[in-house]
Amino acid sequence: MSALLEITDLTVAFGRRPPALRGVDLVVEDGQRLGLIGESGSGKTVTALAVMGLLPDTARVRGSIRLGGRELVGLRDKEMARLRGDLVSMIFQEPMTALDPTMRAGRQVAEAFRLHRGADAGRAREAVLAMLTAVGFTDAARLADSYPHQLSGGQRQRVMTAMALINSPRLVLCDEPTTALDVTVQATVLRVLDEVLDAEGAACLFISHDLAVVSQLCSDVAVMLEGAVVERGSAQQVFDAPAHAYTAGLVATSRLDLVVPGSRLPTVADHVGRARSRGPR
Amino acid sequence: MLRTIGVRLGVFALGLVVASVVIFAITQALPGDIARVLLGDGASADQVAARRAQLGLDRPLPEQYLAWVGGMVRGDFGQSWLSGLPVRDLIGPRVGVTAWLAGLGLLLAAAIALPLGALAALKRRRWPGFLTSALAQVGMAVPAFWAGILLVVVFAIGLRWLPANGYVPLRSDPLEWASHLVLPVVSLGLVQAAVLIRYVRSAFLEVLGEDHFRTARSIGWTPWRALARHGLRNAAVSLVTVIGLQLASVLVGAIVIERVFVLPGLGSLLLTSVISNDLVVVRGIVMLLVLAVLLINALVDISYVFIDPRLRTGADR
Repeated sequence: MSALLEITDLTVAFGRRPPALRGVDLVVEDGQRLGLIGESGSGKTVTALAVMGLLPDTARVRGSIRLGGRELVGLRDKEMARLRGDLVSMIFQEPMTALDPTMRAGRQVAEAFRLHRGADAGRAREAVLAMLTAVGFTDAARLADSYPHQLSGGQRQRVMTAMALINSPRLVLCDEPTTALDVTVQATVLRVLDEVLDAEGAACLFISHDLAVVSQLCSDVAVMLEGAVVERGSAQQVFDAPAHAYTAGLVATSRLDLVVPGSRLPTVADHVGRARSRGPR
Repeated sequence: MLRTIGVRLGVFALGLVVASVVIFAITQALPGDIARVLLGDGASADQVAARRAQLGLDRPLPEQYLAWVGGMVRGDFGQSWLSGLPVRDLIGPRVGVTAWLAGLGLLLAAAIALPLGALAALKRRRWPGFLTSALAQVGMAVPAFWAGILLVVVFAIGLRWLPANGYVPLRSDPLEWASHLVLPVVSLGLVQAAVLIRYVRSAFLEVLGEDHFRTARSIGWTPWRALARHGLRNAAVSLVTVIGLQLASVLVGAIVIERVFVLPGLGSLLLTSVISNDLVVVRGIVMLLVLAVLLINALVDISYVFIDPRLRTGADR
């Protein structure tokens, strides 16, 4: 395997605030699924948006992001737009607002296809219906003609998945794609995601704070804390024998089955102590 | 959907009735007796009373109101007190002038404000954005009549490219018609565009912050194309609202501009009628302007249903 995505010493700062990322190093191999875990504000989403080149104008980016051997930091937006949705795509957290409310679902998926493949409407429609079937819709034609407000959260997230995968990208960034969904719907969306990633052989950077979801979907895990990667390894290794105190805390808080009824629930702070240098932000 | 349209048309009709009452009441409350004005200072009280009776001014107000409204429903706006000519014949040939001026002015304003508003939103932290916003601020501070005078000085007097004033009907000579309208339309449109740019900018800024705009960028649209494909329609509800509301200020602007460029439109007739106390004509014109504004705003409301599928309750599920 070769490195598909190679992030080296990535620092991102907004305005005069302390940097959101401070020297992130990450590697995603071709076809690999890497889970990126960490608390809110640890820099997971900023990392993904930096790869997509979709950080707000106010962001100052230093370091290197290489995708398929190509340096993305400093790339002109026109060039980057050509890679977006084609070589690399992203599934966002909020299914309720991530789709254009004024456009039928099928057309939004078709747009992603035609933008990069330049196909005529008929061929695009075929590809869209095939992709919608692949993400588990038995009634793809009817779904394609629905507006987002006529779909449930789980359906929308599967439409999002179809948009992200229709051009067979080599890397898919998933930013907590199931966090906003009901637990029962989560399972369906995860299964679909698992299947289509497999079918396309795409690599995936899967952002979540849910260790169970990550261990289900990812072979490897990286842990972020306060804008840096503090630990990485195979999922089994990280979860069974966490090396960093923060990771140990995360793992402990997720194993509620080990808590003796009546006793106090574990917290991350039990493991990290009060040693964490920076105060509340 | 049909119900939405029906309700909106009902509101429109109600608006017309209320407006007619208000317009009638205001013209009644204005000081001055037209009969005395017509007859001059030397007229006796009997003569004045006879003239008032002839004009129907001695009848009770509700009766006068109903006669006026009833006439308008049949297309009869009454007779000018001053000239005795039917108001409809006075207004008729002038409606076109004002309609062209206001319509083209609003169109020009939108044509300028949409791209510049988008530029101001997309480049808000860079110099093109600052420059556009600053120019819009300056433009807003410029009164339309002053812009008109300035344009006349430069393009009519200085460069002699265009006529300084007057009007030629479209049917008699399209080229002359156009050349006479360029300066008035530009002076009206530029100032309106400056106002509109700010609204377009903020409507687009809102869209730029939406999650679905980020999604559009994530599938590979450049910012401009994402805005054209996904931003315009999402901003359209607030944009058509503002443009509809702006029609009122465009009509007011047109009255002033007609004065500057000596155009034979409704505005100039309205001004002379107000000055000469010919209130029947004033009422007719104001009613017509109110009708235009109410009609456009009713159409704007109905257009929401076509712009945003979420408002098509029950029709499309």
